[in-house]
Amino acid sequence: MALDIFQEKGVPLDRQVFTWKDLVRRPYSKLDDDAFTRVCVIYMNGILSDALRTKHAMSRMNRELREQLAIIRRVEQFEQTLINWLNPPDQTPLETTLGFEQVAIEVTASVALREPDPYLAQTYRFGLLEDFDHLYRYGALYDRLEGKDPNNITQSYTDILVGRPTSVEHRYPVDDLRRPYDRRTAHPLTKIHAMSITAAENQTHDYYMTVGPFFSDPVARQLYAEIAAIEEQHTSMYESLLDPDETLLERCVLHEAMQVYNFYSCLAYEKNPRIKEIWQRFLDYELGQLHHVIQLFQKAEGRDAAEILPKTLPEPIGFKEHREFVRKTLNEEEDLTSIGTDYVRLAEVPRDHRSFVYRDQLNSDGSPSETVAAGYQWIPGTELAARAARMGSVYEGKKVH
Amino acid sequence: MKKTTSDIGMNRTGIATSPIDSADITQAALARQPSHLGDESLILKVRQQYALESEGVGSVPPPVSLKGVAKTAVDMLKGSKPTVFIDKLGERAAFERTGVRLYQGALGKLEALGSWEGGPTREGLERILNDELSHFGLVTEALTKLGADPTAVTPSADVVAVASMGIPAVVSDPRMNLRDTLSALLVAELTDNACWEMLIELARGVGHDTLADRFQLALDAEAQHLSMVRGWLSSGVTLEARAAPMPQAEATRPAPLV
Ligand SMILES: [Fe+2]
Ligand SMILES: [Fe+2]
Ligand SMILES: [Fe+2]
Ligand SMILES: [Fe+2]
Ligand SMILES: [Fe+2]
Repeated sequence: MALDIFQEKGVPLDRQVFTWKDLVRRPYSKLDDDAFTRVCVIYMNGILSDALRTKHAMSRMNRELREQLAIIRRVEQFEQTLINWLNPPDQTPLETTLGFEQVAIEVTASVALREPDPYLAQTYRFGLLEDFDHLYRYGALYDRLEGKDPNNITQSYTDILVGRPTSVEHRYPVDDLRRPYDRRTAHPLTKIHAMSITAAENQTHDYYMTVGPFFSDPVARQLYAEIAAIEEQHTSMYESLLDPDETLLERCVLHEAMQVYNFYSCLAYEKNPRIKEIWQRFLDYELGQLHHVIQLFQKAEGRDAAEILPKTLPEPIGFKEHREFVRKTLNEEEDLTSIGTDYVRLAEVPRDHRSFVYRDQLNSDGSPSETVAAGYQWIPGTELAARAARMGSVYEGKKVH
Repeated sequence: MKKTTSDIGMNRTGIATSPIDSADITQAALARQPSHLGDESLILKVRQQYALESEGVGSVPPPVSLKGVAKTAVDMLKGSKPTVFIDKLGERAAFERTGVRLYQGALGKLEALGSWEGGPTREGLERILNDELSHFGLVTEALTKLGADPTAVTPSADVVAVASMGIPAVVSDPRMNLRDTLSALLVAELTDNACWEMLIELARGVGHDTLADRFQLALDAEAQHLSMVRGWLSSGVTLEARAAPMPQAEATRPAPLV
C-alpha cells in the first residue's frame, strides 16, 4: 500500500481542530494492549515534540516564517497532547522509561536494517547497543526498587541483558559528533531516518530530565542523571547526521514528510482500532501540513518539492522484535567507540585518550549503572522469583516460614 | 462503563503470552554475564551514604501565637519536646482533609456505577465523608488552641502524604470502579485507625487529656469506617466471584480490548 504523498492531500490545515474531550481520551491498557502500541505512542510523542522544537528554533531565528510556523505548530502541539495523553495513569514514570528504551531499541534496529547509507547504518547500530544496555539497567532498577518484572512492560519481545555497558558510553563531546549526509545526494529515506531518530532520542533525554527528580532512591536519581547524559550524547550524535546546509523551508518540508512517514508506519502496524483511528486521522493532518509547507517552499525557493521528496513513501517501520539482529550487532560491535567522527575498537584507543579521561572523571565517585545492576540477570517474575524457587516448596510444607 | 474487576481477557504482561519468545529471552539473559559483580545490597549502600548526609524533609514551624510561644517554653522547661505533638496533629489534619476528597470521589463513582447487595450506600459514604470533615475540623481547632499554624505542612504530614500517594490516584481514575476504590479506602481507613490510636496515646503522654478524650470519639467513628469499608469491599468481591462467568466469546477475543 505505497502512499503517493503528492497525490494524497490529506486534511487542510483549517479543518484540523480539537476539543478538550477529544484531546483527553481513554488511554491504552498497560495490561492488555500490545507493547508495540505503547512503543508507537511513546515514539510519536517524540516525533511531534521535535516538530514543535524544530519550529520553535526556526521561529527564534527567522522573521518571515513566524506566522506560518505558528499556525502549523499549534496543531502539532494538540496532536502531541492527544498522543501523549494515551499513556495510562497506572503506568509509572519508570514503566514509561522501559517503554522509551524499547522504542530506542526496536525502532533504531528497524532503521539500521533499512538505512541505505552504510555510515549512517553504522551509527544507528552504535547507538542501538547503548540504549539496549539502558533497558537492562532500568530493568534492574525496576526489579530491585519495586520488586517488579520489566518484562511485564516489554512483553517478551526485547532481550533484557547487558549491552555496551552504560559506564563506558560516556565520551568527550566532540567524540559524539558524526559526518552529516549530503543534502544533494542523500536518499530521502536517509534524511527521514536521521530526523526520526534524532527526534526520538531528544524526547528520551527530555523525559529523563523531567522524571528523574521524582525518584526518592539516590541510585535511581543517579541512574536517571547518568542515562540522561547518554541521551544528550545520542541527541548530539544523531542530530549531527543532519546536513546543516539545508534551508529552513527545505528542512520544514522534510520534517513534515518525516512525520507523515511515521504516522503511516504506526497505521500499518496498529491492531487496536481505537488507536489506529488516531494514526489515520493524524496521517491525514500531516499530509495537509506537508502540502501547506510544500506551497511555501516552492513559492519562496522556486524549486520543485519533488527534488527533495520521494514520490511514494518507503516501507513502514517494522514495529516488531529484532532480537536476532541486535544479538548479532552486540556480538560484533560491542567493543566499538568513536574518536571524532570515526568508529574504532576500544582496544585500539590509547589509555590517555580524552574520552577515557572524561569517562573516568565521571565514574570516579562510583557508577550508578554498575551499582544498580551488580550481579543482575533478568529472569521471569523478577530475581526474587528465582530466590523464592530456591527455597523449595513452601506449599508442600518441606519448609515452614 | 465497567462494574466488574476480574474478567478474563487479553492480558499480555506474563511470559505465557508468548512461550517461544519468553523461553528465548530467558535463555539469552542467563547466557550473558552481568558487567559488575555483587547484588542489590549495593543500592542500599548508596542509600545509606546519602542518609548519613541527609537533614530530613523539613521542620515544624515555630508557634504563631504568644500563648503558643509561652506553652512551648513551659513544655521545654518540663523536659518534653512539644513539636512532636504539633507534627503529629499536622499529619492527622492533612490526612483527614484528604479523606474528604477520597469519599467525594467514591460518591461520584456510586452515582455513575451504582452499588451491589451489601455494598456502599450514599448515606454510608456521606456519613464517613462528614466524619472525615469534622475530624479535620477537630484537629485544626486543636492546633490553633496550641498556638500552631494549622495550614502548615509538617514533616509527618509530608511522610504520610508520600506513603499514601496512590490512594487519590485510584479514587480519581475513571477506569477503576467503585470496588477498586474501596480497596484504596481500606488502606486509608486502616492507617486512619492506627494513627488515631497512636495520637491518643501521645496526647495522654504529653498531658493533653481533654484532647485525648475528644480524640477517642473520633477513633470510635474511625473503627466504624473501617468495618463499613471492609464489609462493602468483601461483599463486592464475593458477589463477583459468585456471578456467572463472562461468555466465552469475550474471553477468547483475538484483538486487543478496545
Ligand atoms: Fe537509552
Ligand atoms: Fe538513546
Ligand atoms: Fe506536522
Ligand atoms: Fe479519618
Ligand atoms: Fe475514616
